[in-house]
Amino acid sequence: MAKADEIRELMRTEGAAVAENTRAFNDGRYASVADLEDYEALKSEARAIKEDAIERLPELIDELEAAVEENGGTVYIADDAADANAYIREVVGERDADRVVKSKSMTSEELEVNEALEADGVDVVETDLGEWVLQVADEAPSHIVAPAIHKSREAIADLFNERFDPDEPLETAEELTYFAREKLGEQIVDAEVGITGANFLTADTGTMALVTSEGNARKTVAATDTQITVAGVEKVIPSVDDLAPFVELIGRSGTGQDITSYVSLLTPPVDTPVVDFDDDETPLSEFDADRDFHLVLVDNGRLAMREDDQLRETLYCIRCSACSNSCANFQHVGGHAFGGETYSGGIATGWEAGIEGLDTAAEFNDLCTGCTRCVNACPVEIDIPWINTVVRDRVNREGERPADWLVDGLTPDAEDEGAPLQKRFFGNFETVAKLGSATAPVSNWLADTGPSRWLMSRVLGIDRRRDLPEFERETLVDWFAGRDATAVQNPERRAVLYPDLYTNHVQVERGKAAVEALEALGVEVVVPEVPSSGRAPLSQGMVATATDHAERVTEALAPYVADGYDVVVVEPSDLAMFTREYDRLVDEETFETLAENSYEVLEYVYGLLENGAEADALASGDGAGIAYHSHCQQRTLGLEAHTVAVLEDRGFDVVTSDVECCGMAGSFGYKRDYYELSMDVGGRLRDQFEADGVRERPVVASGTSCLEQIDALLERQPRHPVELLVE
Amino acid sequence: MSGATFASFERSLAELDVPVTRVRREAFADHIEEAVEPPAVGVPLEETFDEPGLSLEGTPVTVDPTPVALREATTGVTGARLGVGDYGTLALSLTDRASELVSLFVEHHVAVVRERDLVDEMRTGIETLGDEFAETRGSAILATGPSATADMGALVKGAHGPRTVEVLVLAEDD
Repeated sequence: MAKADEIRELMRTEGAAVAENTRAFNDGRYASVADLEDYEALKSEARAIKEDAIERLPELIDELEAAVEENGGTVYIADDAADANAYIREVVGERDADRVVKSKSMTSEELEVNEALEADGVDVVETDLGEWVLQVADEAPSHIVAPAIHKSREAIADLFNERFDPDEPLETAEELTYFAREKLGEQIVDAEVGITGANFLTADTGTMALVTSEGNARKTVAATDTQITVAGVEKVIPSVDDLAPFVELIGRSGTGQDITSYVSLLTPPVDTPVVDFDDDETPLSEFDADRDFHLVLVDNGRLAMREDDQLRETLYCIRCSACSNSCANFQHVGGHAFGGETYSGGIATGWEAGIEGLDTAAEFNDLCTGCTRCVNACPVEIDIPWINTVVRDRVNREGERPADWLVDGLTPDAEDEGAPLQKRFFGNFETVAKLGSATAPVSNWLADTGPSRWLMSRVLGIDRRRDLPEFERETLVDWFAGRDATAVQNPERRAVLYPDLYTNHVQVERGKAAVEALEALGVEVVVPEVPSSGRAPLSQGMVATATDHAERVTEALAPYVADGYDVVVVEPSDLAMFTREYDRLVDEETFETLAENSYEVLEYVYGLLENGAEADALASGDGAGIAYHSHCQQRTLGLEAHTVAVLEDRGFDVVTSDVECCGMAGSFGYKRDYYELSMDVGGRLRDQFEADGVRERPVVASGTSCLEQIDALLERQPRHPVELLVE
Repeated sequence: MSGATFASFERSLAELDVPVTRVRREAFADHIEEAVEPPAVGVPLEETFDEPGLSLEGTPVTVDPTPVALREATTGVTGARLGVGDYGTLALSLTDRASELVSLFVEHHVAVVRERDLVDEMRTGIETLGDEFAETRGSAILATGPSATADMGALVKGAHGPRTVEVLVLAEDD
């Protein structure tokens, strides 16, 4: 099935349930972490523990192995899935088990251990209710924490009623839960072997932490005499004390619960007696705790990830699902589209690339648009968009044969020649924009003709339903150089207004408004020719090209910064390049110098007003109602509030959207494969801006993509907020 | 331990709809009787806490039941090693007295915790357990409210474990 068809089908069949559930988790996360006084410090602590543990992993594995053996358990380190499954089959075989009960474990899904055991004639029963639903339905998980998130209550009721034909048809969530509990309860007490995963393993005492709510993991261990725990090697942390930040963060970050019902801290084999549940004579305490424990530590690509400077961070992941729930695209398609063999959501790109290989990661990696809404949500501070960018870069290069290098010649971005044509087109958008402006309006007329659109669709995969940006003949830089203006007398500050690609070529009006607003506040403004930021190639995974841009931009701006100029940026995605992404692309000092001196335009206005600039020099809103959509990356940088504050200060009555992303995300919404998803994501923003009391309000938005998307979604033509300040 | 810790523990449990009662030892048996829904089973609390006065003898609770009696029981009574103020969490130790079975295979769990074993914060609770585990290589469940699931389309209390939890805090003599 073509990608667009597959996505359309998933949006239709699973989109509603996924959206409802992931948004509930996401809203819960915001509410729950807000209660933590030291949320940021906890995240940093959790991050530091993981960094240290992965750094010292071989040593910690040895320590863990010694502790488990001292406790009376056995440790098996499996190189890969086949190795792990062979060992597990052997243990189950030696126990002569007819039935294995399992609590939820992603690692066991990665191994496909159920199939391996079933081939031996063993009855394998998933006891997590969501996993059991999927086992009954023979479907794959769509979410790493809530595997059946794509199934509505009605769909589960239909499934159970059809499969089990109960006396009374099941209907409510309560009825379904109690039915499943009864059914599984009988099977658990009859099982010989229990398989669990582990969220954390502590090297000091051989203790495992299992984060659950249903109580099935507790029963899986308590009711069987042989416990097999399957865990990736990256789950090891030094000590029980180190569990503290994770216990506080994992539930909040994932499902938005302050803590889940049960966090089992087990040091197996446990002391609970192994009882015969049909015995009505022997008291519980007279049964022996004759238990076996096997810890299967799975490598399966992880130790190679540990050696990989870019993928290593993936190993810090605690599988909380925050990156899935906070992702606008995931909210609309779920893990069946945005996921690989086992893992789903933003971080899945790292897992699947490391465990399965680039081909698997390539199948869904483009669904990460780099909007960064997961960045602040991740409890271990993983730069998930960067992992997606790096993997995209590697996927681009995969098509490259050694001979391509010779053919293309060793030009600076030769390595990007491997990228598909579509990615190269969007990645090199600066060239397109320059040509577009130089030949406007002819370029706009030509671009919009039927044959052109047909060709763009065929060759570049640009969706024909999307309006193309219209290039202005006169760029912002040209306008500034040619205008007849008197210099600001005794300027308070001096600033470079960075002519980002869109402000310079397409949305020139917002650039002019920014210049006027800053000058009105006593700032001497210059608009020099500066290369585009590299955001476009970075989005396409063309890291070398983006780096080349970063080097040229920092070189062009450095003399101004050295001379005391501030750098003011209209386009939030470019500000995010300067203050976030360049950290990866240029040397530390160069990055810090630019980052420290760069400001989003309304953030800058806010600062000027705070420092005594005359607010009356700006236009007044006189109580006018406005609807404002900030920009995803702007919000990640914590800069939405400044725009709202300035507008309110100037007398506007501001309503803000609270969607994670508008759905456009740069080039994403132009692509034929993703146009419909992009519009579906945008639908939520449209709903918010067409609600009662908002419908009549003029719309302003900070980002270029957002403006284009809103233009497509609403009748009202949106503008940039700075344009309100100069009327 | 201070009165403030109990207050925060009580507040956290209230958010989870878990009733908590501060009881004096002399009235302990009466409170147990009130808290349990028969048939009830339990572990020998006098051994859990090493306090002869905490015997469940004379209450409707069957101590150290058979597996069949356990499965037929509605209520299970066990001790808790710790209570955590800021989360309303109980640390339930896994013992050879089968406290794990008694607290798990029932509809209603009544947990008894000593006021002196309440700590303010989760971190303190985990560090306390960490110190003990280093010594004993023991295990404990951090249990917060009843078992629950949202896997069937809405939040349901009472999944594989108890549907309701009730806590008795043994007041210290003051």
